[in-house]
This record gives sequence, C-alpha cells and structure tokens, in this order.
Amino acid sequence: MRRYFGRKFLIYGLTFFLAVTVDWLIPRFMPGDPISNILSRSLLNAEGAQQMYDYYERVFGLDLPVWQQYLNFWGSLLHGDLGISAYLFPQPVTRVIWRAVPYDAFLLLPSILLSWWAGNKFGAYAARTKRLDNTILPIGYILTATPYMWLGILLAWIFGIVLGIFPIAGAYSYSMQPHLSWLFIKDVILHWFLPFASLFLVGFGGWAIGMRNMIIYELEADYSHYLEALGAPRSLIRKYAFRNAILPQLTGLALQLGVIVAGALVTEVVFSYPGIGYLLLSAIQNQDYFLIQGCFLFIIIGILIANFAIDIAYVIVDPRTRMGMLGDSS
Amino acid sequence: MKRSIFVISILVILSMLLAACGQATEAPAEPVAPAEEPAEPGEEMAEPAAAEVVYDRSETLYVSGAAWGPPSTWNPFQPGSLANTTGTLGFVYETLFDYDPMSGTMTPWLAESGAWVDDNTYAVTLRDGLTWSDGEPLTATDIAFTFELAQQYTAMWFAPMWDYLTSVTVIDDLNLEFAFVDPLYQEWENNLYNIPIVPEHLWADRTEEEITVGANENPVGSGAYLYETHSEDRNVWLRNENWWGIPVFGAPAPRRIVDIRTSSNNVALGMVLKGELDLSNNFLPGVAELANQGYVDTYFAGAPYMLSANTAVLFLNTTKSPMDDAAFRRALAFAINVDDIVNVAYANLVAAASPTGLLPNLDTFIDHDLVAEIGWTYDPAEAAAILTEAGYVMGDDGFFNAPDGSDIALEVTCPFGWTDWMEAINVIASSAQAAGINIQAVTPDYGAWNDALQGGTFDMTLNNWAALSNTPWTLYNLLFRHPIQDVIQSGNFGRYDNAAVFDLVDALATVQSTDVAGMQAACSEIQRVLLTDVPMIPLWYNGLWAQFSSAVWTNWPMDGSASPTLPTTWSGYWQLGGLNTLINLEPVVAE
Repeated sequence: MRRYFGRKFLIYGLTFFLAVTVDWLIPRFMPGDPISNILSRSLLNAEGAQQMYDYYERVFGLDLPVWQQYLNFWGSLLHGDLGISAYLFPQPVTRVIWRAVPYDAFLLLPSILLSWWAGNKFGAYAARTKRLDNTILPIGYILTATPYMWLGILLAWIFGIVLGIFPIAGAYSYSMQPHLSWLFIKDVILHWFLPFASLFLVGFGGWAIGMRNMIIYELEADYSHYLEALGAPRSLIRKYAFRNAILPQLTGLALQLGVIVAGALVTEVVFSYPGIGYLLLSAIQNQDYFLIQGCFLFIIIGILIANFAIDIAYVIVDPRTRMGMLGDSS
Repeated sequence: MKRSIFVISILVILSMLLAACGQATEAPAEPVAPAEEPAEPGEEMAEPAAAEVVYDRSETLYVSGAAWGPPSTWNPFQPGSLANTTGTLGFVYETLFDYDPMSGTMTPWLAESGAWVDDNTYAVTLRDGLTWSDGEPLTATDIAFTFELAQQYTAMWFAPMWDYLTSVTVIDDLNLEFAFVDPLYQEWENNLYNIPIVPEHLWADRTEEEITVGANENPVGSGAYLYETHSEDRNVWLRNENWWGIPVFGAPAPRRIVDIRTSSNNVALGMVLKGELDLSNNFLPGVAELANQGYVDTYFAGAPYMLSANTAVLFLNTTKSPMDDAAFRRALAFAINVDDIVNVAYANLVAAASPTGLLPNLDTFIDHDLVAEIGWTYDPAEAAAILTEAGYVMGDDGFFNAPDGSDIALEVTCPFGWTDWMEAINVIASSAQAAGINIQAVTPDYGAWNDALQGGTFDMTLNNWAALSNTPWTLYNLLFRHPIQDVIQSGNFGRYDNAAVFDLVDALATVQSTDVAGMQAACSEIQRVLLTDVPMIPLWYNGLWAQFSSAVWTNWPMDGSASPTLPTTWSGYWQLGGLNTLINLEPVVAE
C-alpha cells in the first residue's frame, strides 16, 4: 500500500513540477509583453511612456534576468503568491482566481460526475435493449461529437431567446445582490442550468456510447459465455459485465478531464459565466503571464487531484489493484 | 457491492454539490461587504441601499460594452483603461471641465470658470458648495494637491506636464492660479477635462505605491454616483443624492446603474433582444438591420447609425521599401476602396474619414480647400498613373514592381479576432491588388501584432488610438509623435521622420485654444504635409457604438434631439457628455 501510493505521489510530484515549469515558460514564449498591453492605449507622450514602462517592469519583476524570475516564481509559489495580474492590475492573481474558482467547481463537478454516472447507466441499459440501442444511441453519437461551444449557443438560442425560459448570461440576475433567499437560490440555479446542460449532454453522449460498447464486448467475453453455460441468471451476468466494463470508463474519466475542463472554459464564455474560462481567454489575449500561470496552475492542480481520486477509486473498484497492493505489503 | 458503489457515488455527488453550492453562494457574497462602506462615512446612512438585494427595474439602468473583465481598480490615475470600472472617472471622480464634442465647447464642471490671465498664468474659480461624497468640502487645496501629486511622482501619467507647469498657488477656497513657462495650451486644455480631482484629506497619507498603482477600493469622490458593489461580471453604482451638481445640472435619472461585463458581443446581442439591456455600447455587426426593424434605436435612424468616436488610420512603415517612397504611399491612398470598407465590412455602421483624419467634431480645423485640391478618393487609375510616373513598372503577374525591378509583396495586418478590422483589411488588400499593388491581409494574434506595431516591424497596419478630443493636436501629436524611439508605445508607428512636421505639431501645441484662426493655420500646414507626403492614411471613423431601448428609459440622445449628448458608457466618455445623457433620461411611466 505504501509503495503503491509512494510511487503515485512521486509521479504526481514530478508531473506537477514539469507542468508548472511549462506553464511558466509558455506565456513567456508568446510574442509581446504584458506591460506594453497595459500602457498601449494610454496615449502617453514619449517621455512619460518610458518612465511608466520602467516603473511597471519593476512592479512585475520583469527587469530581472530570466533565471532569477523563474526562481522567484517558485519561491513565491511556495508561499502561495502567484504575483499580480497585469490585465486586472493591481489585483493579486490568487484573489482573482479564488473569486472565479467556486463558479467552476459549481459547474464542473456536477456535470462531470452526473454525466459519467448517467451516461454509464444509460449505456449499459441501452446495450441490452435493441430498440433503445437503435434509436437513442445515435443521438449519443451526435451529442458527443458536438463542440461544447456550439451546443451552448444552440441551447442559449432555443431556451434563452426563443422560448425565454432560461437566462442567457451571468451567474445570477444582474438585478440582484447575493443574499440568502429562495428567490436568489432559484435564480442561481436557473442561470446555472444551461451551461451545466451543455456540458452534461456532451459528456453523457460520450459515456453512454463507451459503456454500451464495453458491455457488448464483455457480454461476448469467455467468462460471460461460461457463466451462461453454467446456467447463471442473465442479471448476474450483466452485473459482472458492468463491473468489468466500468474500469476502462474510469480510466477514460481520468483521461478526459483535461478535455472537459477546456470545454467548460468555452462554455463559460458562451454564457458569460464568471468562471476561470473567460479569465484565461482574456489573460492570454492580454499576455498576462501571471494570470495565465495562475489559471493553468488551478487546472493542473484540479486535474492532478481528480486523477488521484480516481486512483483511489480504482483501488476500491478493482480487486486486482487491491490484491497487488496486498502482495506488496505482505 | 453494486449497490454500495451506487450509494457512495450519490453521496459523493451530493456532498460535492453541497460544497459547490456553499462556495458559489459564499463567493459572490464577498463583494457585498465593502458595498456598505462607501455609505458609511457619508450622509447616505438613511438610504436603504445596503438592505436592497433586488433592484427595482424602473429605477435601474442596465448598460454594457465598456467592461471586458472583472473590475480590478478604482484608481483614477491608473494609466490606460479604467474600462472595467467605467464610472471611476466621471461617476466618482470629476474633472475641472467637461468637453462637449457635439457643440465643441468646454463646459465648466468643478470649475465655475477658468481663463488665461496672461500667457503664463491660468486662473481657476471653483463652484461654490462643492462637496466630497463623505461630506467634506471640495476646495482649491484639493485641486492643487491633485496636480502636485504628479510633480512628486513621475509614475503619474500627467507628470510630464510639470515640464512647463511651474507652480500651483491656492488663493482662497475657491480660487487658484497655475503658473507656467511656455505652456502647451492645447495639452493643458485637454488635461483640464482628463485629470481627476481626488480628495486631499483621504489621499495625503497614502504612499507613492498606493497613489500610483493602488486599487483604491471603495472610492470616495465628488461625483453623481457612489460605488455600491461589484462582482466578477458587473459594477453597481448608486446615485449620490447629495451630489453638489443636482441644483446645477439636475439629478441623473437612474437611481442605480448596473454595468454588465458580457463575455462576447453575441451575449450582448442576446440581452438586447431580450430587453435586458437598456444601453449597449458593444459593436454588434448586424445592428443596422435590428434598428431598421425597430428592435433597438441608434443615434441616426439611417446610415451611419452611429456617431464617430475615433479615426482608423492605416500606418505605413516608412522605414521599409517601398513605403519609404511618398509617391508609392500616395498611390496607395488612391488604391484603397474606403466605400467598400464602409458598405461591406461594416454594413454602413461607419462613415468614411476625411483624409485629414480629424473627426467631425473638429470640422472647423479641416482645411476643406486643401482637401479638394490635393486630397484623395478611391481611384485605381490615378493610383496606377502615380506609380507609373514614379518609375514603377507593371510586371507580368499583374502587380507593379519597384523602380529597381524588385517585386513588391506587402502585408496589411490587424489582430486576429477583431472581426470588423479583419474584414476591412481584406478590402484594403483586395482593392490594392485590383489596382496592381500586391498586398495580402494577415491577422497575427494581438501580442504579435502589438509587438510588430510598437517595434516597427510591420509593413502596414490599422490603428485607432487617438481618442475623441477637444483639439486637433491630440490626433496630430499621435500621428507625428516624436522623438522616434526603438519601441514606440503609441503613435507614429510607421516611424515617419520629418523634423519640419514635428515642429509644426509642436507649434500647434502652443497656440492658445481661443485663437481659432491660429489653430486653423497651424492645422492647415500639418494637413498639407499629411496630404502630399501621405505618411499614413486615415480611412474611416470607428463608430461610437450605441444601441438603446426605450422600453424602460426614454429621451435618449438622437439626431434631431434638442441638445444631443453622447449615448455612451465607455470609460473616459462620461465627461464628454455621457453623464449629461443620464441626466436627460426620463423613466417610462408604467401604464
């Protein structure tokens, strides 16, 4: 057990170090620099512009040699300091991100977990119902191939503008201040629903198809036929098939997380949802090294934690992993 | 086992949902706390503002199009854009004067009057009874304090003004005098409506860093609105019922203004269609059609629908061949089909620019005779004639070659994603190609474009950074900015080096703004250089994008209104008549 998790931690630590380094490097390879972007529209005269530029270079620590900037970055990162955003000057990046992250969690966690759960259930069910397999599953193929953004725009158009049932922008009404009341909670849920639905539907389609294929594969496996020959009831065979089929789906979830997060980012832009998605887009457009680093750091940490959770889940659902670990420790 | 997994997964989902809900409702609540603070020191304690959590539609104005990111700073001295908290300058902090571009006049605002006593002394008299929103009186010492901040700290954007400003003398509470040596009258007048006055009693103890780059949360100013609250995607401003200007100008009609950050123009369009926005200052490409069908109103009922806000100029890199040749540049000016940009790229939402680049509000300073004599219009035949005469030879590929026989292959650029400009450079490229000049449209991302722009590595590119101004000097100072540096932050990106015209622009800066004839003469000389040497090509006027709905608020400024003002919420435009628009609004009475 200790060896299993020890190895995992080592891998995660290494991944974190490399990912964060790449995260630090990439924005600096982009052409342009954040200070020019801050000052470019301020119509300063020649003398003033140079003074301002030097001043801001010092403020952001960009006047130092690159290696020193990198060391300073790790130094302050370990103190929980991600620097100051250039695009949202003078707000500290941590503060900007902490204000946005709850919206992402609120959107991502339910849509990832619910679509995975519902997709697997539905896929398994569809695999043994011919009519459902022929009619509804093709819709799954269409859904999973739909770009998040496009589905979002479609939903916003139909349910927001044509039918007028759901609001199309923001996390809660522009006429409200956050407060504790049923009115406000209902408002938050209404605003949450469409972005959630577009993430949920795309994910749902993918998981349903995957599960359906896995179940058919497992039902054709030797152990299923053997069970069948032994005269086991069909429901028991399906139960075993499902438990075997869920494992690749769990691995798939770990692999898909990055894609889902990216999808959530564009969905947030479509619905003007105040999560990290729009922040990251603007940060990239404005060459805001610090905010880009911060946003990606959040994504990196989020995905690593999720992967770790899936590793633990694997131990629970896959007896082979458990056995392996016991073998280690004995 | 199966059941237990099911139960566990449900529990996990529920707990995460709860956690997420908890966070989501907590997080937006965070900005609420400071919302009560601005009211605290003031006399607005009686206001039920803090308790109000659902805004009354009939008292609230919903606007968008200024903010593009979460509100981050309320520091009125922040250089660049305060767009994400539009209103910091205008709602909270005010200026000595306003400028009305519709009538072309400076309106005294905090000042009751201001005038040059002699060539080197400017005297200001303040209005009587000015107050800060915390109840303290606003006096001449606050004005002097604000101006002297820039003497003290070079990181203030107006610090270079102290090159010619020597001292500020407070005479009494209402009067003060500014002393100069060789003042730049034009820049001074421009600064009069751009320098925000801050309260000495709250700013005197601040450090340099707090003053120059601090976020200045919970700002206390003198203006018509108070900061109420903000969150990731909105700013909320509450009317200052004790504003000194109410007896002078009248109270702004909306009691509350919610400025919404939309993540894309599509979202703004949807909200306009749903009637959720009263005024949208976003660029909505198809809005002419919506206006024709009566969904929204615009300033003009027909083309160009919008007022003009700034001039889109094609900068030519004069350090590169063949843009270093005035004949080539002038030929190019004849080769660009501006009408197609207006009609096709913009679907009639903009107007073609005067070759002098000056906006319609500065029409007085356009030398129309000169434009008729040596200006340009779209004329490919004339372009070919100029090129041929200058020794350019038509090659086999249908494009002109340089006089030395080398091929000409140029790029015109704008940032990727600026859809209207991307269309426009396509028109520029295709019309130039039709006239025999090989230009391709290229759209790098913003950073790369900005690098090439400021570093001077582009061939030709669009730019529109000269804001609507009271003086032609603003535009010409940008176009002919000097000295030429390796990296030019703004203006004269093409590095056009002509000491004669630099002197002309510097001379214009020192003409008294009351001396209209003198300004016209100075402008005329600059325009002669601009039109003959064509260092850059002014193409069209970008619009002051504004579409509004009269469902809740009415009496919007429109062509033909009694005294129209700018229908805009953009940062830096409140003191150009934007606030007057709010004062003139009338609520629609519910039937």
